[in-house]
Amino acid sequence: MKLLQTNIHEIETAGELEKIINENENVMVCCGRMGPMCIPVYEVMEELEEERENVKFYTMAFDNPEAAPIRNAPQTRGFMGIPFTMYYKNGKVIEATSSIQSMKQVTNILDEHFSS
Amino acid sequence: MDTTYDVIILGAGAAGLSAGIYTSRARLNTLILNEGAVGGQMVLTHEIANYPGVEITNGYALANIMKKQAKDFGCKIKSNIKISNYDFSGDLKTINLNDGRSFQAKSVILTPGGRPRNLNIPGEDQFKGTGISYCATCDGDFFTDKEIVVVGGGNSALEEAVSLTRYATKVTIVHQFDQFQAFKHAIIEAQENPKINFIMESELKVFSGNGKLSAVQIEHLPTGKVAEMKTDGAFIFIGYLPNTEDLHGVVDLNNRGEIVVDTDMKTNVPGVFAAGDCIVKKYRQVTTAVADGTIAALSVADYLRSKN
Repeated sequence: MKLLQTNIHEIETAGELEKIINENENVMVCCGRMGPMCIPVYEVMEELEEERENVKFYTMAFDNPEAAPIRNAPQTRGFMGIPFTMYYKNGKVIEATSSIQSMKQVTNILDEHFSS
Repeated sequence: MDTTYDVIILGAGAAGLSAGIYTSRARLNTLILNEGAVGGQMVLTHEIANYPGVEITNGYALANIMKKQAKDFGCKIKSNIKISNYDFSGDLKTINLNDGRSFQAKSVILTPGGRPRNLNIPGEDQFKGTGISYCATCDGDFFTDKEIVVVGGGNSALEEAVSLTRYATKVTIVHQFDQFQAFKHAIIEAQENPKINFIMESELKVFSGNGKLSAVQIEHLPTGKVAEMKTDGAFIFIGYLPNTEDLHGVVDLNNRGEIVVDTDMKTNVPGVFAAGDCIVKKYRQVTTAVADGTIAALSVADYLRSKN
């Protein structure tokens, strides 16, 4: 069941998450709620989705039990602010951030790890 | 130069979107340039219960409807851009973006809104998301059975402190003055909550920890004494700042950085108007921003008619 009202595709199961990160080279997944710290990140992703064809953008609801692989990832240990935003390259986590992020912070990560 | 518009609106919060709805419906060629998320501070509001004519909704939903209304009338919206500089001196106003694009318009409405004020003390950036938060509703459950501090003395600080007692075992409110600025009912509710403690006339000076926040340094302002307090988290609610740093020297601002306008939302620069949380005014609500944006849009229409 979809819990987020954004224009980004929402991953609904852990299996779908695994499939996506294994089948795509560059993946960004923002795991959050419809709250003030998360919505600005979704907006950034919506903007970037149009111009970064080499990156796949997804959301996942933080309260979805299927999001456990993100909530419990070693890279998110100590995170105490949503959204948890994960960057995967060839199936592996190469960066993770906690709480609100600006366009500049997101593009810096994309440029560093996902530049084509 | 991409194109020339009748009006460019800088900011897509409640004021900017309202102005965009009115100007585009008036068949003015309208562009909204927005540096942040569409909706501005409105999307930071979980529940809006007092917007006339709309039953309880959330800020994101209301912002999305406003955005759709503006676009349906032909308004163009470009978000997450970064403005490098302005030239409002001539009849045609120019706005240059960091990515090299440039836009011109016969008039401009400034609706940059505001943002939560940060403490700007050591450790604040480092522990954002690992102990420091600006949203109790978003992050409160990470602090279940933990001890936290809340910084601030207004309505937001006291109301959020009370809501955080649902999770935390102890909430310490740190406030720089000897009394609160909040409404009386909010003060009483906080004072009657057994989980809430108060440290008055004090300021946070440093956040510290190893990987995540574990302590804060607090200065007692009358004596200058600094003490360290162990804490698992800190929530900061110390008001808002107008997003007008780049407008110094462009339009008249007051000493708080708010744009000075007349009752028609005109700034001191001909053809440049302003509306919303960025202007000099007492009350900042979605409804007042909508009203300001409407007035600015109608004033722009008058201004453009007078130029033709």
